[in-house]
Amino acid sequence: MTEKKNYRPTILLIAGLLIFVIILENIRSVFPWLPQIFDPMSPLFTVLKKAAVYSLVAVSMNLLNGFTGLFSLGQAGFMLLGAYTYAILTVPSELKDQVYYLFGGCAFQFSIVDFFKGIFGAGGAGGAFSMVLGCIIALILAGTVAGFFAFLIGFPVLRLKSDYLVIATLGFAEILRAFFQWQRLGPITNGANMIKGFPTFSSFNITDGSGRTILQLSTFIPFLVTTICIAIIVLLINSSYGRAFKSIRDDEIASEAMGIRLFSHKMLSFVISSFFAGVGGGLFAMYVANAQAKAFTSTMTYELLLIVVIGGIGSVSGSVIATFLYVACSEWWLRFLDSEQYIGGFKVPLLRNGFRMVVFSVVIMIIVLFFSKGIMGNREINIAALLDRKKTGKDKAKK
Amino acid sequence: MTEQAPVNALHIENVTMQFGGVVSVNNLTLDVPEHSIIALIGPNGAGKTTAFNCITGVYQPTNGLIEFMGKPMVRNYPKGKDLKNYLGEEKDKYRSLPVLSPTPDEITKLGIARTFQNIRLWKSMTVFENVLTAKHMRADQNVFSATFRGNLSEEKRMREETMELLNEQGLQEYKDELATSLPYGLQRRLEIARALATDPKLLLLDEPAAGMNPQETLQLAEFVRTIRDKYKLTVFLIEHHMDLVMNISDYIYVIDFGSEIAQGLPKDIQTNQKVIEAYLGVADEQ
Repeated sequence: MTEKKNYRPTILLIAGLLIFVIILENIRSVFPWLPQIFDPMSPLFTVLKKAAVYSLVAVSMNLLNGFTGLFSLGQAGFMLLGAYTYAILTVPSELKDQVYYLFGGCAFQFSIVDFFKGIFGAGGAGGAFSMVLGCIIALILAGTVAGFFAFLIGFPVLRLKSDYLVIATLGFAEILRAFFQWQRLGPITNGANMIKGFPTFSSFNITDGSGRTILQLSTFIPFLVTTICIAIIVLLINSSYGRAFKSIRDDEIASEAMGIRLFSHKMLSFVISSFFAGVGGGLFAMYVANAQAKAFTSTMTYELLLIVVIGGIGSVSGSVIATFLYVACSEWWLRFLDSEQYIGGFKVPLLRNGFRMVVFSVVIMIIVLFFSKGIMGNREINIAALLDRKKTGKDKAKK
Repeated sequence: MTEQAPVNALHIENVTMQFGGVVSVNNLTLDVPEHSIIALIGPNGAGKTTAFNCITGVYQPTNGLIEFMGKPMVRNYPKGKDLKNYLGEEKDKYRSLPVLSPTPDEITKLGIARTFQNIRLWKSMTVFENVLTAKHMRADQNVFSATFRGNLSEEKRMREETMELLNEQGLQEYKDELATSLPYGLQRRLEIARALATDPKLLLLDEPAAGMNPQETLQLAEFVRTIRDKYKLTVFLIEHHMDLVMNISDYIYVIDFGSEIAQGLPKDIQTNQKVIEAYLGVADEQ
């Protein structure tokens, strides 16, 4: 028998990380003398939130591109579906007229959060509970809608191979983006305008009666949702189905000859990947506090693809690490490249708006040319093994 | 079950496979009785692998019938453009019957497993995972029970059976190595182990001894016999290696340019003039 993998250190580490996030975002309210960086409004937390959202989508993309070998670039389209589903379902009824004022109100008056408020009461704990429950269900529905659309377009699209699949999925995402901005659909999608007013991450902060925040949870929430979703994806990858997906990536003909139904397994992977992209889209809407089709461009898919490639195609932990690095660089560390900088009266050449993207392009080229396996290749971080190695190292040192 | 008249595990009738104007397999008819080892031989390009691909569903034959365990499995007749260009025989024999064209995975599910001429192991997986993945088809779980570990006993059973299979094939010491890092002979053996993991009734071996030395070939012959007896298999193989073919087969079919040129017991084939000509060429042609 193969020895059982030891999951305990991994679970403990992740739990510890989640607790650390809560502490991190609340630490300045306890110790106000801490530097500005610990303020919940600082770029640190913007980066953490965005990276948490992106890492879920990147991992879902990796499930399809890295583990099943289906090269698809429809991720932004499925995120869009998720974001709109989440937004439309959770905008409170009383805000709908205001949000959809250009179209004379919304055609879809139902709001999940209001529905639960009707059951559990609108104020205090009941209201909070209804909001949380409503958001969870809306996120699941966001994923379901994205998954359903993936199922529908999967029939024609998954018969295509490699490059053709890329073009078809990319086209699908672009069509969706145009479709959701169509004025005729205004009463549902608010046309080219954004939908807002729905619960965002900061709605999860716990406040006291006077509206003062007692406990910040706005960074913890995306971390929690992403952790749960990635855990499910990892469980899937390590199951019998995950092995079947990998076998399809390695050799389709052999998989088919070993009795693995190609089409249904590809479809399964496509639908599951899109489901989590949809959930990621819902989270993204919460992160930016609005939903508009304009945001879900193909550039977003390329960003995600870049993350997957940097992290290593076929590595979940690689994708997560790459997401945090990429988002931190693009939102924070490399921001200075976009504005003119002076070092003691000397103007640094080249730095101007857009230069950051030039640097990124060079980084992509370097990675593709020299580190085509990315940070992790197709390996995973195995915390139990790392601990073991350290232990044996210590034992050796003792001797 | 009482022993009755020997059933044919595989029965191939009038199978023709035509690609454009080229007839790769021409009106092939053969029987593979249950629990036997039957060989299909022929010079390079004779259409042996094409015949295999017709049986395993990779190609749909242009015409003909393939029965597995007495039940029709594949059936087709030439239609449309194929009919206009059809060069084979018996083009109307199956016209009145419905077309059957199962996909390779459906055929594997019926109980036909195969190996490949140019080894097709899953490259990124270990030896253990290669065999374990082949068990996926017969696993009794859906994607939810698999993901949320609802059926742990099933997974455990699969792992135990895989380990058993590896122990038998003498591959247990390599179980955590990448499949592609094994020596060639062992990769062939692993491919057979992987095929066995799908619980087949009929095993198709496509040139199992290709690239093996005489010593390894001898071992392979012994090995094929052992697994045949152990798993109550029927074995149908393509081979170039005459030592192996003459050693293990109960009956031999010889094809050349897609058509059958001889069939018989190994000792008859060895002296068959047509076979010698097909392999060595006719004297006055040179």
